[in-house]
Amino acid sequence: MKAKSPLEIYKLLPRTNCGECGFDTCMSFAANVLDRKAKVEDCKPLVEEAKKNKKAAEKLEKLKEITSPEIDEVVIGKNLKIGGEEVLYRHELTFFNPTAFFFDVSDTMDEKTIDERCSRVVEYKKFYVGKYLTLDGIAVRCSSNNPDRFAEVVKKVAGYGKPMILVTLDSECMEKALKEVAEENPLIYAATPDNWEEFFKLAEKYKVPVVVKSKDLDMLKSLASTFKSHKIPVVLDPVTEPAGKGLQKTFERVIQIRRTAILGQDRDINCPIMVTPIAAWTIEGDDVGKMYWETVIAGVFTVKYGDIMILHSLEPHTIMPLVTLRANIYTDPRTPVQVEPGLRAINNPDRNSPVLITTNFALTYYTVESDLQSSGASGWLLVLDTGGLGVEVSVAGGQFEPGKVKQLMEETKVAEKVDHRYLVIPGLAARLQGALEDELGWKVLVGPTDSGRLKAWLEQNWPPKDGVKVKG
Amino acid sequence: MPKITLEDLLKLLSKYEIKELEGVKIEGDIEIEFESTQNMQAIGMELGMAAYHLARAAMMLGFPVQQLFAQEYGQLYQSQLQPQPQLKQKVEEVIKLIEKKFEPYREEWSGYVEEVQLGATQKEGGTRKYTIKLGGEKSLPFYIFDAPQPNLPSVSIDVFDRPVPLPKTVRVYYEDVMEHPDEWAKKVVKEFKADAVTIHLISTDPLLDDTPVHEAVKTVEDVLQAVKCPVIVGGSGNKEKDPVLLEKVAEVAEGERVLLASATLDTDWERVGKAAKEHGHCVLAWTQMDINSQRTLNRYLLKRVGLPRDSLVMDPTTAALGYGLDYAYSNMERARLAALKGDEDLAFPVSSGTTNAWGAREAWMKESPLEGDYSWGMREHRGPLWEILTGLTLSLAAVDIFMMMHPVSVATLKELMQTLGGRKDVEVECEDWITAEFS
Repeated sequence: MKAKSPLEIYKLLPRTNCGECGFDTCMSFAANVLDRKAKVEDCKPLVEEAKKNKKAAEKLEKLKEITSPEIDEVVIGKNLKIGGEEVLYRHELTFFNPTAFFFDVSDTMDEKTIDERCSRVVEYKKFYVGKYLTLDGIAVRCSSNNPDRFAEVVKKVAGYGKPMILVTLDSECMEKALKEVAEENPLIYAATPDNWEEFFKLAEKYKVPVVVKSKDLDMLKSLASTFKSHKIPVVLDPVTEPAGKGLQKTFERVIQIRRTAILGQDRDINCPIMVTPIAAWTIEGDDVGKMYWETVIAGVFTVKYGDIMILHSLEPHTIMPLVTLRANIYTDPRTPVQVEPGLRAINNPDRNSPVLITTNFALTYYTVESDLQSSGASGWLLVLDTGGLGVEVSVAGGQFEPGKVKQLMEETKVAEKVDHRYLVIPGLAARLQGALEDELGWKVLVGPTDSGRLKAWLEQNWPPKDGVKVKG
Repeated sequence: MPKITLEDLLKLLSKYEIKELEGVKIEGDIEIEFESTQNMQAIGMELGMAAYHLARAAMMLGFPVQQLFAQEYGQLYQSQLQPQPQLKQKVEEVIKLIEKKFEPYREEWSGYVEEVQLGATQKEGGTRKYTIKLGGEKSLPFYIFDAPQPNLPSVSIDVFDRPVPLPKTVRVYYEDVMEHPDEWAKKVVKEFKADAVTIHLISTDPLLDDTPVHEAVKTVEDVLQAVKCPVIVGGSGNKEKDPVLLEKVAEVAEGERVLLASATLDTDWERVGKAAKEHGHCVLAWTQMDINSQRTLNRYLLKRVGLPRDSLVMDPTTAALGYGLDYAYSNMERARLAALKGDEDLAFPVSSGTTNAWGAREAWMKESPLEGDYSWGMREHRGPLWEILTGLTLSLAAVDIFMMMHPVSVATLKELMQTLGGRKDVEVECEDWITAEFS
C-alpha cells in the first residue's frame, strides 16, 4: 500500500476515538489498517458520513487509494480472495491470500467421475497447527465444445458450493454457462488476443472476474489495461508451459510480472497471477511422472507469486505436500507460532491418568494434543514455555530445562491433580531424564520421539509396571 | 391509424426535449412560418431535427414514415433512423484495445556469491575425476534473465558408516549396501547420479559404537577410493569428538579438497577451520537458523582462522516441509539477498540437509494418526514429494548443494534445476490442456 506510516491514515479519519471499529483510538485503528489487520471501511462513521457529505466521501476515497494493496485483490465466488499482496519477499511483511488451489473436471467426464472429483475437493482436509487445511475450488473445462453440455456440468458443479473457474475460449459456451451460474461469481477463463472482445462483453454483462491470457507480455498488459479501465477484475495468465525451455520462460514471465508490478509500480499488470500446473498432464509420458511434475510446478509457483492455480491430480499424496507448503509460505512471520503455556486436560483425565509434557511451539503442541485426542487416551498435558521452540531445539538451546519444568508444575499444581508421581517426557528430550528426576523428585518416563506413536506407547507403558505410588 | 392533433405532436416533441425551435413557430394546421431568412442553414438543421423527431413520433404511432422517403434517400435514411447500428458503433468504440508495452523492472545487485570448488583432480593435487563448483551467483536463484548463473545446484547423496534406521520408502534402495559404505557410495554415484557423496561418520558417536578416530577415517579413505566424485565428510554431531575427527579427516584426505561438515559456534570451530586451511579443504559452517550467528561464525572462520573465502560453504539449517520450512526459507532468502546487496560475511554458497524432510511423519507414516484427516495417500509417493518440495522451496531461496536420500527425489530435483537454470534447450510441444482429455 502507498501509506507508509499510520499518520498518513490517521489524518484522514474522523479522529473522534469513538471505538466503533473495535479499536480504542483512531490512531490504533490507523496502525492496524497499515498492518492490513483492519480495513478503512471498518470506520463506520466515516462510511456513513461519506454518503451525505462530499468532503467525507473524498477522504474515504483517498483512504481507500492509499491503503489499497500493491497487487489487486480479486474475489471469486462469495469470498475467496486472491492477490492483495504487498511484497516480493515474505520476511518484508507477510504474504496475505494463500495461493488458491482449483482442481479440474471436464464436461466429457462421466457423471460419476465428476461427482467423485467434486466431492473430494469439498471433503479434503488435513489437520495442521490447530486447524484444517482445505482446497479452494473447482475448474470446469469445456472439452465437449457443446454449450448445452458445458452449461449442464457447470450447473451440476455449482451445486457443490465451491468457488468455480469456467474454462473455455468459446464465448458461446461461456455465455451459456454464465446464464446458469453468473450469480455464483465464477472466474471466467480466458480472454485471449483472439476472443477478448466477446469476453469483455460477457464480463461486463454478467459482472464476473476474468482471466486474460497471453505469453506475449505486451499483449497481456494491453488486455489487462483494457479490462481494468472498465473496472473488470482481472487475473493474469502468462501461460504455463510445462517443460523444457518453456517452463524456464514461464518462471521468467511470472517473476517479471510481479517484480515490475511491485518495484516498477506498473499499475496495469498489478493483478493476481494464475499458473496452470495441469499443463504437466499434456507432456508425453507415464501418469506417475506427470503427477510428480505437476506437483513440482505447483510447488515452484506456490513459493513464487502464483496466486491461483488449476491442478489435475486429486491424489492425497500430491495434495498434502502442496497444502502444507502453502501453509508454510503464507504463515505470517510477524506472529510467533506459540500457544499459551500451562496445563491441558485431554479426554477427561482423572487422578490415575498420565502426566505428559511438551513445548509451546504451536506446531508441536497441536500435533501432540491432536494425537492424544485421537488416540482416545486421557492425560494431563503440560505445555512448557520454550519461547515457541520445538522439543529438539529447546532441549539443545536450554529453554527446555528442569528448573523451568519444576516451576511450570508448581504453577499448574499438577501434583494435586494426580495420585502418582510419573512424568512422561518426549523421546527427543530423553537426555534430560536424569536431571529432571533429580530436580522434580518424580519418576521420569521417556515417551516416543513422535507423538503419533503415543497411543501404542501408553498401551505398553501405562500404568507403569512398577506401580510406584499409583493408587487404585 | 389514430388521428393526432398538433398538440399531441408537441407533447411527443417535448419528450425529446425540443420545447421550442429557435426561429421557428408552428402555427395552426402545420403551417410553418420563418421569422428570419438569416442563417438559413441553421434553420434548415433545426427543421431537419424537428422533422426527424416528428417522423420518429409518427413511427412510434405506427406510421411507416420511412416509405415516404425511401426512394429519395434510400439507405442513408435507414442508417440514420434505425437505432441498432448506432448502438453497435458505440460499443465498438468502448472496447478498443488499449495498447501497452511491458517494460520489465531491471534489478541490479552489487554483490555476488563466492565460488567454491569441491574436489581436486590429479592436476590439482587430488585424485578426483571431476570437481564441482558451488555458488558464483550474481542474482537470485534461476533469475537467469538478470544475470547468468554459472553453477546450478549440485546434489550429494548421504552415506553412513554404519546401518541407520531409515524410512521404508528410502531403505529399500540401500538395504543391500548398508554394511559397506564404499559400496553404498558407489551405488549412489553410479545408479542414482549423485554429483557428490556425503559420508557421515556417525559410528564415532560415543553413544553408538564410539569408533576411534583413527579407525573411522579409514572409511573416508575407502570412499575416496571407491568413487571419483567430490566427497563431503560429516561427523556424528558429538561436540567434543567431531573437531578431533575432522582434523584427522583433513589429514588423511590431503589434497582432495573435501568439505568438512561441520564447524559450529558451540564446537571447536577453530580446530576444524585450521585443519581445512592447512590441508586445502573446505569447511561447512553450520548455524541454527539465525542469520546473525551465521555472520559471526563465518567471520570467525575467515578472520580468526584465516580460511580463504573460496573454502567456505554455509548451512543455515534446513527444516522440513511442515516443520519450520518457512523459517528456513526466509532465513536463507534473507542471507542471499544480503549477499547480493554486498554483505560479504554472508556471500557464500548454501548447503541444505534436505534429508531432514524424512523426519516429518507426513513423509514416512503409513497413514494419518488423526481421525479427522482425509487419507494421506501412498507414502511411496508422499515421501519423495516431501523431500522434493522441501528442496525446491529452499532452492528458490539460495541452495547450492543438496544433501538428499531418495533417488526419485534426486532425479526430479535435478531435472527441475536444469530446467529453471536454462540448461534444457528443448522446446516441448504440448497439446492444450483446456480441452484435452486425460486420465
